[in-house]
Amino acid sequence: MTMREESMAAVVDVFERDDDVALVMADISLDYLRPAVEHDPRRAINVGIMEQSAVGVAAGFALEGYHPIVHTLAPFLAERPLEQIKVDFGYQGLGGLFISAGASYDYGESGGTHHAGGDVQALGSIPRIEVLVPGSPAEAGQLVRSTYANGRPTYLRTSTVENDEAVELAPGGLTVVRRGTELTVIAAGPFLSRTLAALDGIDATVLYATTLVPLDPETLAREAAPAHEVVLVEPVYEGTTAGQVAAALAHRPTRLLSIGVPRRFLKRYGTAEQHDAELGLDAGAIRERIRAFLG
Amino acid sequence: METMTAREELLELISHARGDEKHDASSFSTLDAIQVLYEVMNVDPASPGWQDRDRFLLSKGHGPLAYYAVLAHNGFFDGDELARFMSWNGILGAHPDRLQVPGVEASTGSLGHGLPMAVGVAYALRARRRETQRVFVLTGDAELNEGSNWEAIIHAGSARLSNLTLIVVDNRSSNVDLGEIAAKLRAFAWDAVPVDGRDHDALRAGYTRRADGPTAVVAVV
Repeated sequence: MTMREESMAAVVDVFERDDDVALVMADISLDYLRPAVEHDPRRAINVGIMEQSAVGVAAGFALEGYHPIVHTLAPFLAERPLEQIKVDFGYQGLGGLFISAGASYDYGESGGTHHAGGDVQALGSIPRIEVLVPGSPAEAGQLVRSTYANGRPTYLRTSTVENDEAVELAPGGLTVVRRGTELTVIAAGPFLSRTLAALDGIDATVLYATTLVPLDPETLAREAAPAHEVVLVEPVYEGTTAGQVAAALAHRPTRLLSIGVPRRFLKRYGTAEQHDAELGLDAGAIRERIRAFLG
Repeated sequence: METMTAREELLELISHARGDEKHDASSFSTLDAIQVLYEVMNVDPASPGWQDRDRFLLSKGHGPLAYYAVLAHNGFFDGDELARFMSWNGILGAHPDRLQVPGVEASTGSLGHGLPMAVGVAYALRARRRETQRVFVLTGDAELNEGSNWEAIIHAGSARLSNLTLIVVDNRSSNVDLGEIAAKLRAFAWDAVPVDGRDHDALRAGYTRRADGPTAVVAVV
């Protein structure tokens, strides 16, 4: 199963197990979610193609004690109803799980309307929010189950891009993959596998970030290698998480290389792999940048 | 000394507040609509979160003085709080905050948020088999410029949410000509009636109407 399929299966599972779960759809993934509608149509609502109202309706459920889950494509979940997530959930002190499909340029043939490199940065501006970037289907399913009732607005970003294998995640969402001395690398979500490939032969501490907001500052401060060099590799706009890395390491000198999706609209139509190559985000290009950074 | 009428008490409460000149007109335009609503709704000021209560969301969070005055008049909080309206040590801001003000169901101020949330509350009560409890939401006429309202209007009409009632206080403040608002709501399968927004009997009759779908009362002031 893909990350999207696994997360939808987990949604159906928690929906069927927990009568306090409400599901709000916006005409996307209806086939995957049909079992929930058949289980209890009173709390599984397809509002139609109206994303602002999808979030508002979910907030109404949350006001009545439900754990709402909202799902649609990333630009229409994170960007179009940004103010509804900020006010209806953040400001009102409510919890809800927002699950997107189509990360960054997953839909590489669809053009800029369907790209979302800025979702994590936009949502990360909302106090109390948690932003999850899993790198495998198993992690996505696990994160649905562990966060749907956490009482906070929570964004789970599924992607068609996956790591080679799932990782057993640390509770704070920053997991030590290996320890080294030459530099510290933070690799986020589905960019872990290519980052490990890029580090072949380099003695690095590698931390795998699946929670980008908040990035676990204690684990980063504790586990960072003594060397000053730190590399951040994230599948979102370049620099999205750099401020949190700098803040967590403020007690020591740090030289930071931030690798991510360049902040420009992509005008070519192709697969995510084609865009990776064009944008310098495949393993080879990442390795070159890291080697140049190390000097 | 003569006992003050409810209206005189509300005006007295409002007179304690200072500083919201910008929203004065919107405060007074909603006073009758909200005063009568709290005579109709099933609420318990001693227990604002009482499960069996009817719900009211002031979507038009602007000019909430009338709302605050009605809540204080009904005993949700002390009327002295009005004197601290929009002040550092008070709980009553220029837009209401559900986490600070007893009796406030939703934090509003950004226009076009209340109605979609009210649709969700109506669904949630239905899911809990509590559809006899009602959900009221108040917007202004100019607030209906916001497209999110029309998303919710289309959806609620289609979903036949009969426990939902929209109150539009129409003080002709919209710079976009909305035509006859009730007719537009009827076009989306709402049971909508225009009433004189200062006529308490007409407001009461509007609020207590029921239909097999959502109802709307366009209170023209």
